[in-house]
Amino acid sequence: MTGSWHELTLIVNGVPLRATVPARRLLSDCLRHDLGLTGTHVGCEHGVCGACTVLIDGVPMRSCLLLAVSVDGQAITTVEGLAGPDGELSAVQQAFQDCHGLQCGFCTPGFLTTITAGLIGCPDPTADDARDMIGGNLCRCTGYQNIVAAVLRAAELTRAAAGEDADAAVDSGQAP
Amino acid sequence: MKPSAFDYRRPEQLDEAIDLLGELGPDAKVLAGGQSLVPLLSMRLVAPKHLLDINRIAQLDFVSCGADGVRVGALARHAVLERDAGARAVQPLLAAALAMVAHPTIRNRGTTVGSIVHADPAAEMPAVLCLLGGSITATSTSGRRTIGASDFFLGPLESALQEGELAVEAFFPALPPQSGTAFAEISRRHGDYAVCGVAGLVTLDDDLRISVARAGYLSVSPTPLVLDLTDAVSGRTFDGDLSAAGDFASAAVDPEPDIHASADYRRHLVGVLTNRVIVGAAQRAAREIMANGARQALPMPGAQP
Amino acid sequence: MTSRMVGEAVKRVEDPRLLVGAGRFLDDLGQDAAELAVLRSPHAHARITDIDVTAALEVQGLLAIYTYEDLTGPLADPLPLLIPHPAISAGRTQYALAKDEVNYVGEAIAVVVAENRYLAEDAVERIVVSYRPLTPVVGVQAARAADHLVHEDAPGNVAAHFVQEVGDAAAAIAAAPFRLELELAIERSASTPLEGRGVLAQWDSDSQRLRMWTSTQTSTGVRAAVAAKLGLDLGRVEVITPDVGGGFGVKIVHPWPEEVLVPMAARALGRAVKFTEDRREHFISAAHERGQLQQIEVGFDATGRILGLSVRFWHDNGAYLPYGLIVPIITSTQLLGPYKPGAYRVEFDSLYTNTVIVTPYRGAGRPQGVYAMERTLDAIASELGLDRSEVRATNFIQPSEMPYDHGLIFQDGRPLVYDSGDFPATLAKLKALVGWDDWPAYQAAARAQGRQVGLGLACYVEGTGVGPYEGGHVQIETSGRVKVATGLTSQGQGHQTAFAQIVADELGVSMDDIEVVTGDTRRFPYAVGTFASRAAVTSGSAIALAARMARRKVLKVAADALEANPEDLEIVEGMVRVKGAPGVAMSLGTVAVLSNPLRYAFDEASKAATQFVVGDSDLPPVNEDDEPGLEGRDYYSPLRSTFANGMHAVIVETDPETAEIKILRYCVVHDCGTLINPLIVEGQVHGGVAQGVGGALYERIVYDDAGQLQNASFMDFLMPYVSEVPESIEIDHLETPSPLNPLGIKGAGEAGVIPSAAVFASAISDAEGFAITAMPISPSDLFELRRRHAGTDGHNESIAKKEPTR
Repeated sequence: MTGSWHELTLIVNGVPLRATVPARRLLSDCLRHDLGLTGTHVGCEHGVCGACTVLIDGVPMRSCLLLAVSVDGQAITTVEGLAGPDGELSAVQQAFQDCHGLQCGFCTPGFLTTITAGLIGCPDPTADDARDMIGGNLCRCTGYQNIVAAVLRAAELTRAAAGEDADAAVDSGQAP
Repeated sequence: MKPSAFDYRRPEQLDEAIDLLGELGPDAKVLAGGQSLVPLLSMRLVAPKHLLDINRIAQLDFVSCGADGVRVGALARHAVLERDAGARAVQPLLAAALAMVAHPTIRNRGTTVGSIVHADPAAEMPAVLCLLGGSITATSTSGRRTIGASDFFLGPLESALQEGELAVEAFFPALPPQSGTAFAEISRRHGDYAVCGVAGLVTLDDDLRISVARAGYLSVSPTPLVLDLTDAVSGRTFDGDLSAAGDFASAAVDPEPDIHASADYRRHLVGVLTNRVIVGAAQRAAREIMANGARQALPMPGAQP
Repeated sequence: MTSRMVGEAVKRVEDPRLLVGAGRFLDDLGQDAAELAVLRSPHAHARITDIDVTAALEVQGLLAIYTYEDLTGPLADPLPLLIPHPAISAGRTQYALAKDEVNYVGEAIAVVVAENRYLAEDAVERIVVSYRPLTPVVGVQAARAADHLVHEDAPGNVAAHFVQEVGDAAAAIAAAPFRLELELAIERSASTPLEGRGVLAQWDSDSQRLRMWTSTQTSTGVRAAVAAKLGLDLGRVEVITPDVGGGFGVKIVHPWPEEVLVPMAARALGRAVKFTEDRREHFISAAHERGQLQQIEVGFDATGRILGLSVRFWHDNGAYLPYGLIVPIITSTQLLGPYKPGAYRVEFDSLYTNTVIVTPYRGAGRPQGVYAMERTLDAIASELGLDRSEVRATNFIQPSEMPYDHGLIFQDGRPLVYDSGDFPATLAKLKALVGWDDWPAYQAAARAQGRQVGLGLACYVEGTGVGPYEGGHVQIETSGRVKVATGLTSQGQGHQTAFAQIVADELGVSMDDIEVVTGDTRRFPYAVGTFASRAAVTSGSAIALAARMARRKVLKVAADALEANPEDLEIVEGMVRVKGAPGVAMSLGTVAVLSNPLRYAFDEASKAATQFVVGDSDLPPVNEDDEPGLEGRDYYSPLRSTFANGMHAVIVETDPETAEIKILRYCVVHDCGTLINPLIVEGQVHGGVAQGVGGALYERIVYDDAGQLQNASFMDFLMPYVSEVPESIEIDHLETPSPLNPLGIKGAGEAGVIPSAAVFASAISDAEGFAITAMPISPSDLFELRRRHAGTDGHNESIAKKEPTR
């Protein structure tokens, strides 16, 4: 009556985590309730709102549209994995605060993961690129203008950080 | 909104999958990208006893391009096909239509073959397959068969796949010479299912006059509809008045109303979008011909006249 | 001197935890809780003849199934009618679980508690309910026709009939040189926060106490209701509001059936129980708003001045009336906007239908009222061939007329008196912002290119900051840190930031040292809730007053210790010091230590407050008029609402072929009094405008004749993505401080959405040359309207249904 059960290992934010779940367990529920990573939010459970977006092997996907067992062994990045090792906000996270890109914060994790991946493919986005990047995520609070600004700001922060790294490397006599 | 219980199998070999599918019978569902299936599971609109996950069958994960067309394996994600340079060259309509399939995050997981097998008349790729006269190859324990697009779609969410059959590949024929394609759709929100969508294909003769004009339609009929518009615009130059195509198409369709659009509005859009894609496709075909012509006319350096 | 924080675009203190996934929303809590799922009616109207749970009992992990039969005491009574009103003739509310009859698709019939939600849904699926279907009443027209009744004892499907009149509107209209009649419609929409409803309850059998968390806009309201329903002393119930993923009105309703059933089950089962609403449930069992039909008669003179206005409307309140008449009363009063219409009469029926309940959604009846008024003003302008902005200006209440008494009773039961506002200045700003005077030339040039563009204008006044009250508590701890609490809740408005800004200014401390808690009845048990753009006005004012009280005590204690006059002291960056002698100073933490005479020292700092160190031996350690500790608690109870106002303009382009509607520009001028944090206010405007765009062009709640909701998903309920909203919103502010509260603030939360239906109807009418009288409008609707108008003269057609009488 409960279907088959499966032992699986998910590499979440670089850490292998084990869980035993029924086949029907959605990845979103597995992350939130089996692994206790509640930063990934569930807004619709039919793949439209994007709040549950996580990165599977670096690629944004809806965790509510994946069975946990189906991604057994794969690398998953959630919002909990975006900040730096000392907890400092990533460029995307910092940009959201700078630009007031969040209000209630419920949809925010899905935007953050989507944009984090998006900026790797498109490091120097125009406003149109930014809108394309977040085009599949719903937000009911912000009206999106500040989220678009945050995408541009995040790119700027990332470039500035890269520039600083390069400067630091030059200062210390290393090749950038 | 949580799925009913099911047993789950994840074969890594195609043979194993086919055997399992035969063994499990009608209570089994195949999971590929799952971008349409999982919501149906969660809403308990479908409740299979067995789920057969084909995501680890590496031999189904391919996009292969040849002079005749593009072969797309059952595990090829929309996003992979959309970005495939070879596929873009062989059949540019694919990337144009794929860009309209939901949002990029969905395309990262959803498969083109899965979308076709789902047979949603509002989906882009079934209409493209039909317009191009492509096919689906299915395999079962009793063998392998290829089903032409025109025979594949039986009704809304109903395909010609039989019990125990796994769709392993879709074939999209290449763009014919002297041809162009275009895709246009109107959706309520960007990324939504189309209120009306049209894929167009035009072939020009050497005088840049239309010799073939066809269009494939989504969201206006229970199965993807293909209309041959050639009679309406045959012999007209690519930059002439092609609006007869739209008039013809409008008169030929019989769409249903829904909460997003009236039947008449859909019929109207059929006309408008038909004209847009036929003009767009004709212009692309003409550009192609003129570019080729220009290349041919360019004398080789050092060549003697 | 510490720089002033109020008025600064301070980055939000809420953000860091929300950005790293450390927010605590309802379903993030109670990981070990049992989960509840609800069996909901598939019928819009039916008698329940039998409920058979036998098959469900086999489900593994099942803990309990409850139906109406299992409800006892007050739980077996209907849920409360929260806001009674004398005009309600048939107030009906639902039972926590349906008793005999269901009145909308989605009504709760039974609940299952199981080890997790998957298993609970398995059991729900196996419960067999037998129904005898009844004819459903769907839509305002069917409700008015009353061929069938929703409730047998509510004749005509009328829940309430209400009339307010100032002057003799009928006579004024009859005597006016010009008259028009309009018929307008506006459809249902819904709040649809990204997080649905949710409740978690724990029953502590040792202490016989209930602790619950709920995703609500009023923790104190839920607390009182749950205590009453479960027969518990208020003191045994604690309600905590965790992070809330948006509210927009729907979460002010309480108690939801689940808000009493979850604690009931938790107490019965002796373990934590949780309900997390899913998206489909949110559409079919939470609440909707907006649906109205309106008939307007207006009499006016040749300048467009309204001499008499009579509005008759029919409000669809859904199957039950838990929130009383708030929405239609707001429509009927806020309709007046910045105008003084001479004689005014409004009459409405609030009608039952077999659909989800209708309760406030951001704007709460104002969008409908503004739509009625602004459509009327456009019709007058069109009729007289006058500029639309001029007709508005002609009817404005002037600044010199403030405070302005409309002679009506507002939603809070108090006179509708505008406290302040400069409407001509707001209009002037908007016209400058959008380039109003250049518009005709632009439109003509666009038309010459075959483009159809339209400019819309809409004005509104919003009663904000309604009472009865809110409170604030400010406590300075011995660490020098400041703990602030207020009872109302937060759902993304940045209250922790805005309230900390206020306290920082009042106390002279850094924002880093201030922590604000909202919506936790353990911290502040007296509160009303977060709605009606009232949090900043009411809690902001209360917190300011509480902080001032704490400051007075700081200065008194410090003055004693520093042997100075309190008037000579100042607080700068957490230090109390003598003005002009910054060396004579002590930290707020030390003052806090001194404020609480101790017998026992627990650390070095507290030694300073022990009995052999402090105090005048001739006086008691705590004076008669004093109390230990360094804190202030105060309340702000407004005499009446304060009225914000604003005006929006939008420029749209309509595709001549596809009838798609594209937004080219969106301009907002907004006056919410003193701005606490411009970043937050602009964010509220952005979000409101986006919701307004949704409500005007995309979102509708579609029922079929059988009462089945046709679009109960985000796939078909078309909340805008980024691709549907304006790329930028041009905002200009006016700050006319309210005289009614200590900070001069007015509410800002709802403003963005209020004029949307009106402003888009105005713009599309301008682009198309015919009047838009039903909203929202889709390209398909516009296409059909074009065909209907194709035979007519196109441009300048009157909005009115009939020609002027003379």
